[in-house]
Amino acid sequence: MSVHTLPLPKAGCAEPDIIRERGQHEVFCGLTGIVWLHRKIQDAFFLVVGSRTCAHLLQSAAGVMIFAEPRFGTAVMEERDLAGMADANEELDKVVARLLDRRPDIKMLFLVGSCPSEVIKLDLSRAAERLSRHYSPEVRVLNYTGSGIETTFTEGEDRCLAALVPELTDATSEAPELLVVGALADVVEDQFARLFAEIGIERVSFLPPRNSRALPPVGPNTRFLLAQPFLGETARCLTERGARHIPAPFPLGAEGTTAWLGAAARAFGADPMAFRHATAAAEARAKRALQPFRDEMAGKTIFFMPDSQLEVPLARMLSRELGMEPIEVGTPYLHRAHLAEELKLLGSDVQLSEGQDVERQLDRVRAARPDVTVCGLGLANPLEADGLTTKWSIELIFTPIQGYDQASDLAGLFARPFDRKTRLRV
Amino acid sequence: MQLTVWTYEGPPHVGAMRVATAMTDVHYVLHAPQGDTYADLLFTMIERREKRPPVTYTTFKARDLGSDTAALFKSTLESAHERFKPAAMLVGASCTGELIQDDPAGLAKAANLPCPVIPLELPSYQRKENWGAGETFYQIVRHLAAREGVEPVAGKPQGRVPRCNILGATALGFRHRDDVMEITKLLKENGIEVAVVAPLGASAADIARLPDADFNVLLYPEIGEQAARWLKRTYGQDYTTTVPIGVGATREFVAEVRRLAGLDALPDRSDAGRLPWFSRSVDSTYLTGKRVFVFGDATHAVAAARVATEEFGFELVGLGTYSREQARAVREAAQAHGLTALITDDYLDVEQAIAEAEPELVLGTQMERHIAKRLGIGCAVISAPVHVQDYPARYSPQMGFEGANVLWDSWVHPLVMGLEEHLLGMFREDFEFSDTAKPSHLGPGQRVSEAPAAEPALRPLAEEGPIRIWSADAEAELKKIPFFVRGKARKNTERFAAERGLAEITLETLYDAKAHFAR
Repeated sequence: MSVHTLPLPKAGCAEPDIIRERGQHEVFCGLTGIVWLHRKIQDAFFLVVGSRTCAHLLQSAAGVMIFAEPRFGTAVMEERDLAGMADANEELDKVVARLLDRRPDIKMLFLVGSCPSEVIKLDLSRAAERLSRHYSPEVRVLNYTGSGIETTFTEGEDRCLAALVPELTDATSEAPELLVVGALADVVEDQFARLFAEIGIERVSFLPPRNSRALPPVGPNTRFLLAQPFLGETARCLTERGARHIPAPFPLGAEGTTAWLGAAARAFGADPMAFRHATAAAEARAKRALQPFRDEMAGKTIFFMPDSQLEVPLARMLSRELGMEPIEVGTPYLHRAHLAEELKLLGSDVQLSEGQDVERQLDRVRAARPDVTVCGLGLANPLEADGLTTKWSIELIFTPIQGYDQASDLAGLFARPFDRKTRLRV
Repeated sequence: MQLTVWTYEGPPHVGAMRVATAMTDVHYVLHAPQGDTYADLLFTMIERREKRPPVTYTTFKARDLGSDTAALFKSTLESAHERFKPAAMLVGASCTGELIQDDPAGLAKAANLPCPVIPLELPSYQRKENWGAGETFYQIVRHLAAREGVEPVAGKPQGRVPRCNILGATALGFRHRDDVMEITKLLKENGIEVAVVAPLGASAADIARLPDADFNVLLYPEIGEQAARWLKRTYGQDYTTTVPIGVGATREFVAEVRRLAGLDALPDRSDAGRLPWFSRSVDSTYLTGKRVFVFGDATHAVAAARVATEEFGFELVGLGTYSREQARAVREAAQAHGLTALITDDYLDVEQAIAEAEPELVLGTQMERHIAKRLGIGCAVISAPVHVQDYPARYSPQMGFEGANVLWDSWVHPLVMGLEEHLLGMFREDFEFSDTAKPSHLGPGQRVSEAPAAEPALRPLAEEGPIRIWSADAEAELKKIPFFVRGKARKNTERFAAERGLAEITLETLYDAKAHFAR
């Protein structure tokens, strides 16, 4: 294969083993994050400024159209917008006026940039400022990009949260505050809130909030803990506001959850006894729940195609807590600093890959014939038809998997394909 | 700019993918940003195909825009050719690829590949999926079926079995696979051989053989008509104009193909499947005048309107399409039923029109299924776009006589059955006959309530007159009318009262109105 040999920036000296490829990327763009973000922030609307392709992607990625009128939509650009016959900003103002007229319940509007809006250099930040002035204080208008040329799948959430950071008020209290960053299922968020309280961390807030009017404050007394591994830009913006990052593995599995909570506990100088008291029972329960899965899954090989950037933490959890053997852990982007704790736990003998040439990677999958391949929806059935077992990666984003009481649910997601294979006699 | 919530059609390059995926040995190289690969899942998940679509994407990113995206396209094209060794290649751009103006056609020409390369110009900001599929198929036919110095000949078999092609079926089509099987069987029964089916299942070599047939059967005009016209112009091949959906249309289709094949007309009309008898069976009396709303692509919508009225005895209360290119046929059909066609691709307009028409059955796409579910109305799917459950495991064509049998089963199923409907009417106050109960044959559960307050979906009705005051006993009486006709009764009564300037609607007004509107 002659083609995908465009020069890549040379990696640092530490990891000679990482496969870095440039070719067809079989991943969603950042717009996809809207599918969960529009449910998480209950009074926000996501208006993609893009093309019919963008609208079609959201509809197809959402899978089922649960909502007659979801809190997202697309302002589809047409020939006249591009040919300069219509002023794009005037057109956008009209669309927004119609939308807000229909949906008076909307308090925060995100203008979401797309590939075509980026390429024609439509300045959505100025549009957002203009519209914000017009609709303030009823509606706040923000913007971020979810375009495929800038963002990969979960990075859309990163950009969305980063756009919220300038909106956060300055924290005024002297006491340290904990900010948990990254969209989590409501049930998981509630569990973590209870655990932090028991550990003795009193002031805890979450970003994104469930309501746009409940944005947490931020300042030099803020310590933040990432709940998701794909939040590089958000973390950078928070740091600029004076907040400090608490390095930690991610809360996947019993071990990961304890380490994640523990990092916060240490940063807040919590009483170790209180920490053990708060977490020991839950951790033991999670380990008990994982045991039957470990019996079933230990020794099975697993191959991760790049998708959500959750791949490294998932591989760590599946190898250390279930005894699975990662063959290759592919990720669209390896955020070295945020994954530092994870990589230590995962060990250096695991083959990592960053970026993608999907054809060459599929060659490796077919050669290795892993027991399970984690991949996107476009690849799963063709691999199954080749006799390989797959796990849809998107389910890992749409399912509560973080925390002690979801550890066995997470294991169950990987066990189910095997369970099914065992049952079927056709 | 147009505000879109849900879309009926994808962009035109998805139409091109439907054609490429339908064929056996072509490969499509698409200049597209990262993320556009989502379209693969339409084929592998919704249609459950076992192979990835034969599409390679350049998946350029922002950093490539600063350097050389044209080089990226060229190297992607060459490596895709080397890996897949297709018989022909399609090259083009998605909406963003179009904006960066790298000229895939010129780059492909310069690459000088040892196979035909067909450039596609699909204007993403003007056109949509079906148009893209039609244009792609046309370009493939023009490039691969062109012959030097061939005189147009009329389609006459010379001492051999008449032969036709079947045009228009693609991947991700609504029941295309089964329709092709059914129509192939029907043609065979009539002594007509099928030479090539295209694009579904065709190779590049098959496309080159298209001119050898006597005539073309055009099943899906949205996709195949442009190519069929070109074949007619170039090789004198006639093509069919009847789409065989329903018993009547299938009979006309048989007559048309026999004429095109130079065969005698068939006098025998007996073998028409079960629909005619089922529809005449006395238990079907309750179907008479059921109010039905039809929306879909133009071909399926027009066909459904005819079948619903002529073969089921329904009353058509709405007809529309999202395909503006074929709007004329739909307008004409609607006019014939005294209706104004609804031509829109705005899901919210369709929802409003359905709510206002108060049908008892909706025949539509997956969008209308959602609308109908919310409004508590039965629905059957008759047209793309459809979801995974509309790719059934069983054989279930829409076309031909077996297709008509399938229509019978799938359209009657969502309705309340004959005697059940009477019982609902007679014993309104039975505690188990609540309005939220679903028809018994649809299993346990509740109807989805109408537009919840948190999601105001319906705009106020356009012609809402002054609100009439219902007396308590009239209101109570109204509730005894089954829910699926209650809205109509309420509206009729209010109109009746308004026309007569009545300030209050009493029991008498209700029954006066009933008598007035009864025919």
